[in-house]
Amino acid sequence: MAEKIKFKIDGKECSGEAGQFIIDAAAECGVFIPFLCHMKGIVPAGSCRVCTVKVNGRPMAACTTPVGNDIQNASIENATPQLEEMRKTIIELLFVEGNHFCPTCEKSGNCELQALAYRYKMMVPQFSYNFPLKKLDALTPKLFIDRNRCILCKKCIRSIKDKDNKSYFAFNKRGAKLEIHVDHEMAPSMNDELAQKAMDNCPVGAILKKEKGFEIPIGKRKFDKKPIGSDIEK
Amino acid sequence: MEAKLKSIIEKHGKDAGRLMDILHDVQCEFGHIPCDAVKIVSKILNISKVDVEQTISFYHFFSTSPVGKNTIYLNDSVVANFMGREEIAKAFEKEAGCSLGNVSKDGMFGLFNTACIGMNDQEPAALVNGIVFTQLTASKVKDIVAGLKAGKKAKELVKSFGDGANASELVKSMVNNNIKKKGQVIFSEYATGSALQKLINKTPEDIINEIKASNIKGRGGAGFPTGMKWDFCRKAQGAEKYVICNADEGEPGTFKDRVLLTEIPQRVFEGMAVAGYAIGAKQGILYLRNEYLYLNAHLEKTLEDLKKKNLLGKNILGKQGFDFDVRIQLGAGAYICGEESGLIESAEGKRGEPRNRPPFPAQKGYLNKPTVVNNVETLASVIRIIEKGSEWYKSIGTKDSSGTKVLSISGDCKNPGVYEIEWGMTIKEMLDMCVAENVQAVQVAGPSGRLINEKEFSRKIANEDLATGGSMIVIGKQRNILKDVVKNFTEFFIDESCGSCVPCRALNPVLLQKLEKVISGKATSKDIDEMTRLGKMMKELNRCGLGQTAANPVLTSIENFRNKYEELIKIKEEQSVYEFDMNGAVKESCEMVGRKA
Repeated sequence: MAEKIKFKIDGKECSGEAGQFIIDAAAECGVFIPFLCHMKGIVPAGSCRVCTVKVNGRPMAACTTPVGNDIQNASIENATPQLEEMRKTIIELLFVEGNHFCPTCEKSGNCELQALAYRYKMMVPQFSYNFPLKKLDALTPKLFIDRNRCILCKKCIRSIKDKDNKSYFAFNKRGAKLEIHVDHEMAPSMNDELAQKAMDNCPVGAILKKEKGFEIPIGKRKFDKKPIGSDIEK
Repeated sequence: MEAKLKSIIEKHGKDAGRLMDILHDVQCEFGHIPCDAVKIVSKILNISKVDVEQTISFYHFFSTSPVGKNTIYLNDSVVANFMGREEIAKAFEKEAGCSLGNVSKDGMFGLFNTACIGMNDQEPAALVNGIVFTQLTASKVKDIVAGLKAGKKAKELVKSFGDGANASELVKSMVNNNIKKKGQVIFSEYATGSALQKLINKTPEDIINEIKASNIKGRGGAGFPTGMKWDFCRKAQGAEKYVICNADEGEPGTFKDRVLLTEIPQRVFEGMAVAGYAIGAKQGILYLRNEYLYLNAHLEKTLEDLKKKNLLGKNILGKQGFDFDVRIQLGAGAYICGEESGLIESAEGKRGEPRNRPPFPAQKGYLNKPTVVNNVETLASVIRIIEKGSEWYKSIGTKDSSGTKVLSISGDCKNPGVYEIEWGMTIKEMLDMCVAENVQAVQVAGPSGRLINEKEFSRKIANEDLATGGSMIVIGKQRNILKDVVKNFTEFFIDESCGSCVPCRALNPVLLQKLEKVISGKATSKDIDEMTRLGKMMKELNRCGLGQTAANPVLTSIENFRNKYEELIKIKEEQSVYEFDMNGAVKESCEMVGRKA
């Protein structure tokens, strides 16, 4: 095995293998770099920007920056007040950009956006709510797409594909009008397993499996028991 | 429909990577891209329907709904507004019988806004069925619409032609070059092929060393050393490499590449061949913004001529194994495609979303092969360096910025147009050169650059001082900086964001809200500080140049025109803790129940 590359995150000694993304290497070293769009093992999107760290003073997304020779002995800032403030701002932006009503959401307690909002002690966002009108999509047999809650992380686009590697999901439009679309021609071929995977991979409650709800009661869900990041942080 | 689509797709080699070309042809055939066509295209290409739709919906000039038998795109740039766009918009609305953003009831006209079309020196301007109409007046609008109603083609309504090659057989456009100053590099005598003649006796390493020694930096705006870029790409693994010329000149206020492509396209293509030789690429792509579609035939003809002269094609100038060919890739209306990795995505038939770095295009670019992306002007300069040597080139300009720079000057000056200057000229000298009086501000390097006030007019135009890709907008004292300039630019960045990064997608609209709050007199001084704080986050958090610079209009205007903001602050901080106007919101209900608010 190749020699590990060493670096420091907020002063803590860490190391990773060449090519591994900083975010994954950090997790293995017990450092939680918060994120929303990252998913180990699939092509990174680098779109939520929550995992922005500073590598030798330069802002970089930890989910897209590989550990390489240039990282050797680097000093990486992670939980500095400035970065944490920016992360909280991103979380708040997502809350006002969409319509997130946690108490009625099937994903409450399993939602990564909600969990990060708790982590950053968000009470009321610093921005005014936009309350945008979003179109729902219930036209596929297995899934219900609630765009009110979508944070456009691309996880579904990147991870839910058919046997020919064709995407079930894709972006549509751009900028502030950007939205997620599911392919209505392909959707009927989606099996239960893949539909469940789509729901599980969604960090929020934007993709829900039909004919099922609240199987695990509120209070017994993932982040109800353990705050986000607590399984990584040492 | 199916047979037609089949033949279009087969023409493009049944290749999903050529989706942009396919969609252009489909739209050309049907006027828009009908839903059924999307289905058939996705089936034949064996990609999902949503994948086709995601590309279509990304681009301003593609539409899945009808856009009128005649489609009019009216430029909405800052300078267009300076030059009386509003009156032109009203005239179009009146004559065409529909409001902006809509299609007339009879389907004859579609009238839309569009971002800077690269005609800032001859505004107000519009694209009518792809044909450029400049210096519009209400009466000209009347004639154009009447002509179209009478069944004439837009091209037939062009009454006089512009200067230079604009009048040539394959262009026949009313666009003017307005070349106001010729320098030693770009607009000077050059015998086509001179660089290639010299090059065939040299090694690719020699060429790269010469370019490195010349110290030339990219002319698109980012200013990356060209020689270094080529060197990275030459050394990158892989037998197949690409040269891309970035002719997606989208920065509002720049139009110099349009003039280069009109007057000296052969030099740009020769520059591409030089780059191809240096990095070991056999294929080049010129990515042309859709707004310059009217130059396409002219460019194709230039390519043909160069092939006839054996300056492109196989065994160039008899040198065995030196093959280089160029294809033209049309864009479809997206500023972000001027960003090199967004451009590459687009050339691959996808949404023009910038990629994550690393890897850099020089390592993994077009089709994941090592790729060099250079600006039009960079490539046109490179051939002169090869022809006359790096020492000659370095003798022009300043110590850190060698050579000349072609500026696109527009706005409140007597002589807007294209000026080739030596790096090192001051803003003051530039303003005298274009005859500008009563100047309040200059927007240097376009919206993504810097808004400067008088205090900075002594600064130099150079990479080491005020860097620029060439856009220079002169703003007179009569203009309202916040309303006429900063707001327009901020809206531009909101429209052009790809939406991928949360801060760019969601934070810029917040900045606009705050700016509007300031303009409407409802802001407090805290809002100005908040705009600065949030604007700085945009720089640190976003992935690409667009996102990182999208707050520059707000940030640099606060820096240099803070008084313009403060003049509008009428509410003291302690009086307005909440953004929400409670009394206003309950006013109607109070009146209904007869209660005093």
